[in-house]
Amino acid sequence: MKPFEIVETPIDVQKYMDYVLHPSAGAVTVFTGNVREFTHGVKTLYLSYEAYIPMAEKKMAEIGAEMEERWPGVRVAIAHRIGELQISDIAVVIAVSSPHRKAAYEANEYAIDRIKEVVPIWKKEIWEDGEEWIGAQKKYPEKGVERK
Amino acid sequence: MIKVNYFARLRELTGKGEETLERDSMTVAELLNWAEETYPGFGADTIQVAVNEEYALKDDVIQSGDVCAFIPPVSGG
Repeated sequence: MKPFEIVETPIDVQKYMDYVLHPSAGAVTVFTGNVREFTHGVKTLYLSYEAYIPMAEKKMAEIGAEMEERWPGVRVAIAHRIGELQISDIAVVIAVSSPHRKAAYEANEYAIDRIKEVVPIWKKEIWEDGEEWIGAQKKYPEKGVERK
Repeated sequence: MIKVNYFARLRELTGKGEETLERDSMTVAELLNWAEETYPGFGADTIQVAVNEEYALKDDVIQSGDVCAFIPPVSGG
């Protein structure tokens, strides 16, 4: 495994926890982002993720470096899965270790916020009656809000 | 020549993952204008350009041999 990677197979969370754990680490926080069935009342059948893989891995490594600078002593691993993901599958895992818990919690949240801002990964929601690429700057489709 | 990559909505819109432009140099703004004219509905005003895997500014100059990518709003996580 690489500490910052795009993968095409199911994510084994333990691998990333093991990577960040070391004798000085008193805390490990692990975040997983999972495929949710309903968004704004619309049922998702499955998601399809796509990435600009070399740049995405580079940007995730940069986020790791930002975290180490901001919370000295943290150790970070991030993996994002692409391809077709089913409900409850893990799309992203972020493992952060730190001597003390506060930094591990804070740094972990920072990581997911930054991933959603700068890492070139795209999600397409596939519904029973359509599909849509999701993007932060894009308004959520109107019909998605109206349907129950 | 300049290589460009398309992803997500743009890959579907253009019907291709990549192509090559026979140009020696152009700015990021010129590349975006070219894309908007070539592919109606491209939505250049919402798209960032990466040059050699790094986000670029509109005035940055792309040189022959560079690898570019159009980055629509990201939605990872």
